[in-house]
Amino acid sequence: MKSNEWPLWEVFIRSKQGLNHKHVGSLRAPDAEMALQNARDVYTRRSEGISIWVVQSALIVASDPTEADALFEPADSKVYRHPTFYDLPDGIEHM
Amino acid sequence: METMTLEKLAENFQAKIDADIKIEPNDWMPDNYRKTLIRQISQHAHSEIVGMLPEGNWITRAPSLRRKAVLLAKVQDEAGHGLYLYSATETLGVSREDTIDDLHQGKVKYSSIFNYPTLTWADMGAVGWLVDGAAIMNQVALCRTSYGPYARAMVKICKEESFHQRQGYEIMTNLMNGTALQKEMAQDALNRFWWPALMMFGPSDAESKHTEQSMRWRVKRYTNDELRQAFVDATVPQAELIGLTVPDPKLQWNEERGHYDFGDIDWDEFWQVVGGNGPCNKERIEARVKAKEDGAWVREAATAFAEKRKMRENQ
Repeated sequence: MKSNEWPLWEVFIRSKQGLNHKHVGSLRAPDAEMALQNARDVYTRRSEGISIWVVQSALIVASDPTEADALFEPADSKVYRHPTFYDLPDGIEHM
Repeated sequence: METMTLEKLAENFQAKIDADIKIEPNDWMPDNYRKTLIRQISQHAHSEIVGMLPEGNWITRAPSLRRKAVLLAKVQDEAGHGLYLYSATETLGVSREDTIDDLHQGKVKYSSIFNYPTLTWADMGAVGWLVDGAAIMNQVALCRTSYGPYARAMVKICKEESFHQRQGYEIMTNLMNGTALQKEMAQDALNRFWWPALMMFGPSDAESKHTEQSMRWRVKRYTNDELRQAFVDATVPQAELIGLTVPDPKLQWNEERGHYDFGDIDWDEFWQVVGGNGPCNKERIEARVKAKEDGAWVREAATAFAEKRKMRENQ
């Protein structure tokens, strides 16, 4: 970041009660309060949300895409975690 | 992880593209792919921001409160679209301020259409109908572009822009239902904006130096000429329906092709305007530079206030 640039914020919106906040984009703002106000104007001009989170982008810790294969391999190799893995006799319902 | 050779990385990259897997900011990408995207997305962002000027010109003179509210909302949307796109540009590792300064120093371009003046109220109709119409044609195609942040910005923008074209066509329709003078004003606006709107799709495929590579990278999904033809085919019936005449004597439906044939674009004019010699190029850039300079104290004050508050919280 250049010294005269405001920090970057990631914006998350809850579109309606009962749903989780979802990442919608980012913006620059000098502080959290302005980030919230700007997020309102930039990302909710058409009633897209009822709640906003803003998080400074610099605070986000992300996994490395080049290591994604190794990171997620344990999940890929455990097919027995899915219900479709199991053989059931014909005629079984509600299971 | 084993270190991959550049060749292998490039091969994997193209395989992802060919399989329609989106590229995300932290993924490996060829330098030229990155450069192409920075150029294209920042030009797109600048076009949204400079595009606020010709319409901003009419906000105070809109003929009714309804029209004024609509025009304000539209111009505010363009600001929002510029911001989505500057954010997308930043994901490629360039600074937002440098990107904006590049525009102000004339190092990068924006859509040539915004270098034409908006002389009458009917121009607000023509701009919404034709300029946003052409932009939507282009942007709908870009919703499937290969770079994730750009594609996501396009989806949002397309959703929001559908009203932009409709409000413009509504202005034209109302004028065409009005007095002889109002009809004349609408026709005059179409006469002035038709050809520049066709030029918005860029040089013909034969002349476009970026198209081939951009198609291979799936940054672009259709060529300039394909999109231009789609725009003509969609727009001509809309003009006819409300009694407007498209200013092209060679315009004719071609039964065999299933498309309209149309006349030659004045490419000299296009290159003149792109090169900085359009009617309003100077004025547009001056307005942007002035906005940045005049707003500097506000940005500085906001930064100072944020620092002061942080200090107080830490005490």
